[in-house]
Amino acid sequence: MDFIQANLPYLLAGISVGGQYALISIGYTMVYGILRLINFAHGDIFTVAAFFAVYLSATMPLIVSLPLTVVLTVVLGFVVERVAYAPLREAPRMSIMISAIGVSYLLQNLMWYITGGLAKQYVTIPWISSSVTLWGTTTKMVTLVTPVLTIILVVVLVQLINHTKIGMAMRAVSKDFETAKLMGIKIDAVISITFVIGSFLAAVGSMLYFSNYTAVTPLAGAMPGLKAFVAAVFGGIGSIPGAVVGAFIIGISENLLKAVGLTAFSDAFTFALLIFVLVFKPTGLFGEATTDKV
Amino acid sequence: MSLLTVSNLQVSYGGIEALKGISFDVEKGQIVTLIGANGAGKSTTLRAISGLVPIKTGAINFDGRDITSLDTSRLVSEGIVMVPEGRRVFANLTVLENLKIGAYLRKDPQEVARTIDYVYERFPRLKERHWQLAGTLSGGEQQMLAVGRALMARPRLLMMDEPSLGLAPLVVRDIFAIIKMLAQEGITILLIEQNANAALRAADSAYVLETGRITLSGTGTELLNNQSVRDAYLGQKRERKRPAQA
Ligand SMILES: Nc1ncnc2c1ncn2[C@@H]1O[C@H](COP(=O)(O)OP(=O)(O)O)[C@@H](O)[C@H]1O
Ligand SMILES: [Mg+2]
Repeated sequence: MDFIQANLPYLLAGISVGGQYALISIGYTMVYGILRLINFAHGDIFTVAAFFAVYLSATMPLIVSLPLTVVLTVVLGFVVERVAYAPLREAPRMSIMISAIGVSYLLQNLMWYITGGLAKQYVTIPWISSSVTLWGTTTKMVTLVTPVLTIILVVVLVQLINHTKIGMAMRAVSKDFETAKLMGIKIDAVISITFVIGSFLAAVGSMLYFSNYTAVTPLAGAMPGLKAFVAAVFGGIGSIPGAVVGAFIIGISENLLKAVGLTAFSDAFTFALLIFVLVFKPTGLFGEATTDKV
Repeated sequence: MSLLTVSNLQVSYGGIEALKGISFDVEKGQIVTLIGANGAGKSTTLRAISGLVPIKTGAINFDGRDITSLDTSRLVSEGIVMVPEGRRVFANLTVLENLKIGAYLRKDPQEVARTIDYVYERFPRLKERHWQLAGTLSGGEQQMLAVGRALMARPRLLMMDEPSLGLAPLVVRDIFAIIKMLAQEGITILLIEQNANAALRAADSAYVLETGRITLSGTGTELLNNQSVRDAYLGQKRERKRPAQA
């Protein structure tokens, strides 16, 4: 009982942060699936979402500012794709990667500029941020809400992809741009929808993640963004179930390491895992053998 | 009456001129074929008509309207549909999904269901295997699926890029039988083939494409009997006989 009591907080935290990583990693994996692009700006969009919440909530009630945060984040993801990636559709893969790195730095610098580099206090979302006691462990409501909400969103997303017309178009475009065009599919629209979904989930993930913290800085999203990326690679980049499973494994593992007193190694573990996967199973848990698009 | 008129079409890839100003007509209800050696510009012609590659100069008219600047999606909704080279079925979609995606621009689900039945009637194999991933079909079945998928868009002009490529002789026969059947049902067909023999036999009219230029035209029978066509494309060289390619 003591053992459980001692470790339960870590396990709960692990499941929770795993869900938050999952919400970010889906954006990485979906964009990779359709464009074969590692969207380096995705982690920054996640951080910008936090600042949207901070600044909007300063002037309006949460019931308005939080939905608006989601909307603005989605618009940001959409605009980034249209401005920085869409014009490079025919360009070599390397050009669009460099463009993504450029967008990442641009967003980081804009955040520095606007905040002056100072940490901003994150919003306290009622209920989500309140405390709850479970089997003698006190935690925040967000810890319990995150995995449930994550699973619901993932189930909805998978249904969308497997059982709707637009989902079918996304699968077709991810396989073969040109033939998808010959079906009458407007591939730019399908790609935009992919970014919209990814940014939406990142915005939700951002609210859940930063509810655990009191403040947000322009680099606060870098580490979770990177871990979500590792989760996507670990799960098999391009695969949504892979990204989700990878994210939960990483979230839980790093917290269990903290439980056994190896806190200093919890970040290193994630990156050791990345190297291990890249060396021994580059396609990840659920990835298919990489087939480059014709 | 001609359904499709291509005038002075030029297409370049970077500096390479793939089409150097070709003009041809496709009459309504006919089977028209473009034959030519590998690299002659046959696929480029179809890709230009479909809006997949940009056109340098020239005009394309469809059913009396200028469609030169329309994008692929609009062209599909006008009824210009292509079966691409190498079939290109979506291997990660089921057979049924491949058919449904062929009807992507159509709105009425009941009419789409009717077209699926129409395709199943013509290709019973596809019905048997409707739940299977398209990637698991044989080459011949994939070609049937590619044709069925194109029919889902209710084409007025069906363009086929080397449908017989890489298929066994028996399957090739089936494919040509299907092409003739579709033409009888009123679908105009623009067919590209390296298998010139079978294509010319099926075609009402034909054009020979050589390195980006049309060098000969006539009815299918005329070209079948033309000595230079026989020399170059029908494997009946006088000096050195080669077996005709299947
Ligand atoms: N994407 C491309 N980029 C550069 N050159 C191309 C491309 N596609 C085709 N070509 C060139 O254009 C010419 C015509 O090709 P194509 O239309 O595919 O011929 P065909 O279908 O008759 O075999 C060839 O010389 C080919 O090398
Ligand atoms: Mg070709």
